[in-house]
Parts: sequence; structure tokens; C-alpha cells
Amino acid sequence: MDTLLEVASVSKRFPVTVKGSPRGSEHFLQAVDDVSFSIGRGECVGLVGESGCGKSTLVKLITRLSDTSDGRIWFDGHDIGTVPAERFARMPQRALIQMVFQDPTDSLNPRFTAFDTIADPLRRLGRSAGAGEVAKRVSALADMVGLPRELLGRYPHQLSGGQKQRVGIARAVALEPRLLVLDEPTSALDVSVQAVILKLLESLRRRLGMSYLFVSHDLNVVRLLADRVLVMYLGRIVEMGTVDEVFERPRHPYTRALLSCVPEPGATGAGQRIRLSGEPRSPIDPDPNVCRFYGRCPDGVERCAQEMPLLRSFGGVHLSACHLA
Amino acid sequence: MTAAALRHARYVVTENPITLVAFSMLLLLLLLALLGPALAPYDPLKSDTASTLKPPSMRHWFGTDQLGRDMLSRVMVATRLDMAIAFSAVALSFTAGSLAGACAGVFGGWTERIVSRISDTIMAFPLFVLAMGIVAALGNSVFNVVLATAIINLPFYARMARAEANVRREAGFVEAARLSGNGTMRVLAVHIYPNCLPPMMVQASLNLGWAMLNAAGLAFIGLGVRPPTPEWGILVAEGASFILSGEWWIALFPGLALMLAVFCFNLMGDGLRDLIDPRRRT
Amino acid sequence: MAAPAPLLSVEDLSVEFRTREGLVKALDRVSFDIHRGETVGVVGESGSGKSVTAFAIMRILDPAARITGGRVAFDGVDLVAAHEPELEARRGRDLSMIFQNPRTALNPIRQVGRQIGDVLLRHGGAKRGEVRARAVELLAQVQIPDPARRYWAYPFELSGGMCQRVMIALALACGPALLVADEPTTGLDVTTQAAIMDLIDELARAKRMATLLITHDLGLAALHCERIVVMHAGHVVESAPTAELFASPRHPYTAKLIAATPGPGISLEELAAIPGSLPDLRGELPACRYSRRCERYAPFCDEPLPLAEVGPRHTVACGKPL
Repeated sequence: MDTLLEVASVSKRFPVTVKGSPRGSEHFLQAVDDVSFSIGRGECVGLVGESGCGKSTLVKLITRLSDTSDGRIWFDGHDIGTVPAERFARMPQRALIQMVFQDPTDSLNPRFTAFDTIADPLRRLGRSAGAGEVAKRVSALADMVGLPRELLGRYPHQLSGGQKQRVGIARAVALEPRLLVLDEPTSALDVSVQAVILKLLESLRRRLGMSYLFVSHDLNVVRLLADRVLVMYLGRIVEMGTVDEVFERPRHPYTRALLSCVPEPGATGAGQRIRLSGEPRSPIDPDPNVCRFYGRCPDGVERCAQEMPLLRSFGGVHLSACHLA
Repeated sequence: MTAAALRHARYVVTENPITLVAFSMLLLLLLLALLGPALAPYDPLKSDTASTLKPPSMRHWFGTDQLGRDMLSRVMVATRLDMAIAFSAVALSFTAGSLAGACAGVFGGWTERIVSRISDTIMAFPLFVLAMGIVAALGNSVFNVVLATAIINLPFYARMARAEANVRREAGFVEAARLSGNGTMRVLAVHIYPNCLPPMMVQASLNLGWAMLNAAGLAFIGLGVRPPTPEWGILVAEGASFILSGEWWIALFPGLALMLAVFCFNLMGDGLRDLIDPRRRT
Repeated sequence: MAAPAPLLSVEDLSVEFRTREGLVKALDRVSFDIHRGETVGVVGESGSGKSVTAFAIMRILDPAARITGGRVAFDGVDLVAAHEPELEARRGRDLSMIFQNPRTALNPIRQVGRQIGDVLLRHGGAKRGEVRARAVELLAQVQIPDPARRYWAYPFELSGGMCQRVMIALALACGPALLVADEPTTGLDVTTQAAIMDLIDELARAKRMATLLITHDLGLAALHCERIVVMHAGHVVESAPTAELFASPRHPYTAKLIAATPGPGISLEELAAIPGSLPDLRGELPACRYSRRCERYAPFCDEPLPLAEVGPRHTVACGKPL
């Protein structure tokens, strides 16, 4: 498959102050650590991990809302990782990488009508910004995402959660992006609406030929849309592969734990659940020679505390970063 | 759109009787400010030696002062000046303070440090004394009273705007705006700043009261407005010396007018926020 | 053989909210019961009235809400008719509640150990001298590592999962007979969610405590509840033992809800969407509040209809059940 996005050894560190440490000493929170992956044209890649694993930071790096500390990001043959986020707003690639946000309420300006929200990217980055043309395009987008046109004049607080998310999706696809980042697009919605939105996203992907990076903590949802999945733990990718491979034959103990914790409707009884004990390791100045999962890992051995496991292949595109896999 | 806004305004006013009271009082004050000189029964500046220091009566509802001037007329005519000073001072500090604060909240770094230090410096002074100092330094005029009142209120707006902008800097709709190609200045002006205003309106309304008290206070000690111009602070100052000798009405009525105006602005705050916040407009 | 009386019995509970656009009939004749040691799930989408039910049972409804009818019999006492002093004595001691957002439910400027101590002193009849030891013991019981040190922690120093454990310790401090858990794991990570739910399960079993689990997550309810009550727009539409509910749902809404929940065996094409949206709960409502969204709607659905028993402990409110 043709590669659209290539992320190579990307890291992001935030300087932090640590209570009780001597003055002048530097400490860094390692939010994203040496992450590499790619997304092909038309492909949907899932990104799963728990809060604090760095997936939101990674998303901000890819959507170029914040700058990397290290590493390269290639998009459609262009090196976009080195352009400062501030300047990226004026690059032609800006229109091609868009995002759907998790919280449909928080992601809509409360003082903008649905129309203005959808029109905003068209007016800023669109090829033809004439009022009549923008209005026509907004109506077409509303039809495309299934938002009744008569709701275009409404403010966010006058719309339901599902309608707000449709507005957010219309805004994101308004410029016909190549890559759409979906940051937990349905986690704030009810199940009855979730299915509709997921199906809408899937049909839009086919129709507009977009690639998706689908971020979620809900593995049951990820497997509905994604072709491939990345599992992130404390800033690092610990496993990646096709959805079937990763979900059927997880190699990393964290992936196994994650999978065993997902409630399955219809299946009763707690069964063979892997329980994680202990606290996650601190993301501040992590030891580069210790596996991030060590301490919580049910299988951890001495070697895990001496050598950081790197991603290695288990056939095809299935990679896992565990000494014991 | 306007019909909906009107309906919303009617709802806000009728839902909360206190808001209704506040807005009716404001309406009265505005009417007096506009039409005071026309409605006043006497010329506020014309003395009448035949009837000096008369207590309230049917002829002079609020009595007369030591020069025989009608107190009711003087209190009514003073409304315009007091309101003008308060409104322009608040408008000035609201605009300057909220803009500086919003910039500080969005940009952080040096902008934030400079704005914060200026705010801290202003707030380190006893505000009334600072206002006195400013008027004394710039010259004794009404405009400088406005300016001084605006400056001492600046930190409240700057701090509030900074906090509001800071919260919204990370909001989803701000990130979405950046994805849509809005530059930093546009994000600030179109997406962040307007959303910071509703909570600040409450502050502005309370501030109108303070501004009025401050201006009256300056006038009371002889700064800014000068006699014989009718102004509530001066009227109270003039009347103060007569309280001990039993002529209470000269100080009481302008004082009462001042109190009611401040009270009205304090009550108005919540109603004003409801009017401006689109989320309340269902 | 007569079945033992349920610990909590909600009968025909109705609640209305006064709003600026009129009365909202948030709950309409809601009935279900819970026995000692039983875990019952109340499942529904937002706006279904599941949280209102929990708040009504605890009698901590918003001032704009009014209980317009029905009874909440708890251990023989009607909580709807009870007066505030009696309720205050019962809350915390006999019935406890844990909330969705543990961080806002805890006092942010008081150490968590002391907050537990406060409850022990007020409801648990503990003596001053032993409060600290008891609180540390409770923290250990909810599996907080290093409880003696965490006693002195403020809520902001703890992760979301840890805060929820503290909430559970608070709720269980006085050994309540009934725990109402309102979305206890929403917003927590899946691994944390699993650990918290296991903890609630374990403690409930050990103390023979009844648990009312309010959740929007059908999968979670399936895993932890013996029985599930499905709510839609302020009505109980179906109530059944968990296995039976999943194997043979009788109410069309329940069936849709199950089909709309993503799971391992389901593809995107098979995932069902539930057409329509919740009816406006103001003004006149049809007898069956699901009828406007229902594919099986028939004219007789507009006749009032009672909750019908279709099996042992399986009731359904539908004129044309599946």
C-alpha cells in the first residue's frame, strides 16, 4: 500500500519541576518516546491505550498542533514535522490533516452556529471563499453527514450530542482531507447514536478516500473500523499489527490485559481476566533500560529491568515489544 | 434572530424578579440621565435667598440647600454626570483590561508576566489613594477622574480575562479552529475572546457601582468635578457640614441616590450574564 | 415457600422536574426490587432516568424535582415518606452511594484518610482514638497500596482510579446494606474499570451487600449483575435475570440496545442503530414512550399497559413483545 503518513522515531518531552529535587536540575515528562509507524492511503489505523499513555500528545504532534522534540513526520512526501506548529497553519498540508474531537460539546465554539462552524475551515483554507459558494458547500456537507439543513442556524447548545458530532465531522471533512484523526469520536455519545456515527465515518472514508487514525480506549469500537491497530503504553508503542492478529493472538502482556478487561455483552462471569496490580511507572525521566510495563506486568522477569524491549516482528506486520513474547 | 433575542430578554427579566427590579431601576436612572435637566422642576444652579435650608416640603420635595437651590433638581440633574463617569470608566477598563488579560492568557510567557506585574503593582496600592494620586498628577478634571477610575479597576478585568482565556486555550473548539487554519490572533479575537465575555459582564456590572462610588468619593474630597456643578459626591460633601446642625436632607438625598444606583448595578450582574450567554438562550 | 421480602422495593415511583418549559416527567411508575446480597443493574441511555432513580432512592434530588407518587421501601421503611433527620441517619449508614466523578465528590482540601474518619465518627459510632486505624484498614480493604501513607494524601495527589477506591472506602465505611453505584467507572480506563468493578463485587459478596449498579454500558452490567433493569425515557421497559435478558430479550428496545452494543463477534454492518431519539418528556406522552421509535408499533400500543410477567422474575412493558 502507498504510504500517506510516516512517523519516524518521534518523541515529545515536556519540562517539569519535580518536588524536592535540587534547583537547576532538569526533569522531563516523556509523553511520547521513540514512536514510529505509518498509515497507508485509505487505511484505518486504530490507536489504543489508556489515559496518560501519550496518545493525545501523539495526536497533537501528527495534527501539527504541537511540535516534536525529536524525530520526523512525513506526510504525502513532505517533511511536515520540522515546520513549527505556528507556521503550519499557513501550509497547504494544513487542510489535508483534520480531526474529529472526542467531546462534541467542548469542540464547538458556543457562540458559533452550526453553519459558521462548518464554514470556518472553508473560509480560512478553502479554494473559493465567496459567500454563496461557501453556503452551497456547507449545505452539501450537512447533507453528507446527515445533518438536517434546518439545524444549520442553531447554536451548539440547541443540538443533541449526535447532531453536534455530525457538525464536528462536517467541519473536519469540509476541506476533503487526506488524513482524518478521530479522537474517541463516539465515547461521549449514547450507544444508539454510536452505531450511526461509526457507520457514517466508515461510509465517508470510502466515499472520500481518506485515511483514518482512530484513537480510542474502547477496543470493541476500534475493531469495528480499523484495519491495523497500535497499542500504546506510557509513551511507547508496545504492539502493532492487523486487528485480527492483535486481537486474536496478542503478544504483549499489556495487550492481553487490556483485551481481557473489555466487557463483552452477553458473556457473563469474570472468567479468565488478567488483573494488573501495582502502579504504572512514572513517565518523568523514565529509565531508558527498563521496560515501561515492568512492575505492573504479570510476567515480568529480571531482564525486563535491565534492557528495554524493542519492537520485533512476529510475522508480517505484527510487531511486539516484549522479551517474552 | 432579533425576535429570539427579544424573547430571551423577556424570559430572563420575568424569570428572576430581582433582575426585573434591577433593570427597572436602571431604566429609571437612564431616563434621569437623559431627561434630568428637562424634568427637573427648578434650575439646579439658581439660588433663592428667600428660601435657604428649607426641609422637604410640597414645594421642594427634597428641601433646599444653603443657597436655596432645589435639592430634587440638583439630585436629578447630577444623574447624567455620575452615570457618564461610571460608564465611561468601566468601558475603558473593561476594554483595555480584558484585551490585555486575554492576550496574557493565550500567549503566556512575557506577555503574561508583564500584564501580571502591572496588575500586581496597581493592586499593591490602596486603590482610592492611587486614584487620588493619579488625578492630582494628571490634573484636576473630569476626564482624569474617569481615567483614574479606569486604571484602578484594570487589574480585576485583566486577571479575570487571563483566567478565562487560559481555560479556553486548551478547549477543543480552539484546537479545531487552529486546524481550520485560524492563526493565533484570529483564534484569540474570534474564538477565545468572545467566549470570555459573559462571566466578565457580571464583574463589569458590579464594577459600575464601584466606579460610581469612586468618582463620587473623589468629588467628595474636592477632586474632579467642582462646585457648583451638581454631582452626588459633591452634594453629599456640601451637605455633610449641615448634618450636625440638623439639616439632614441636603446630604441624605444625594447619598440615597448614590446608594440606589450602586445597589441597582450590583443586582444587575446576574441578569446581564444570562442575557449575554448564548447557552442560556434555549 | 414465601420468598424473603426484598431489601429495597421501588414501587410506582414517579418524579417530575419543574423547568422553564414546563413539567418534565422524568420518571413514570418505576418499579423494581433488590434482595440482600444481590447486584442489580439499571441500564439506559442518557435521559432514560437511571440517575434520577438513584437520586430519588437516596432522596438527594435537585430542588426542582418532586416525587409525585410511589414508594421506596427500604428494609420496611418508606424513604419517600421519611423525614430528613431519619434519611440523614440512614444515608451513609444503611445506604451509601458512589458517584461518577470521584474527584468532585471528594472534598479537595481534606486528606482522604480524614474524610473517611469523618464518616466513621458521624455514622459508624467509632471512637476518636480508633478512627485512624479503622480508616487505614478501610483504605487497605479497597486495595490502595501503602494505605498508612495514603491516609494523608489529598484527592488531587491520587489518580482517578485511586479516588474512586477512596469513594468506595467512604461508601463502605459503615457497612451499608445497599450500595448505589452511579456510573462508578465511567471515565476510568478499562483496566482500572475492571479492577474497581471486581473490588465492588468482592466486597458486596463478602458483606452480603446489595448493589444497584447504574450504567449506560450493557457489557459492564452483563458482567457484574444478576439482574438487569432496562430503562427508556423514564419507564422501566424490561427487567430480567441477566442471562435470560441477553438470550431472549422481549422488549424491542432491549433487543435494539443489545444489537447496538459493539462486541467481539459483531461487525460494523451488523451493529444496529436505534432510530429516532428520546421523546420530549414534557407535555402529553404516549402510553408506551418507545412507541414512536418502535418498528413493531401497532395502534393498540397507545392503550395504557402494565408491566407483564413473562417468566420468573422477568417482566416486560410491551403490548407486542418479541
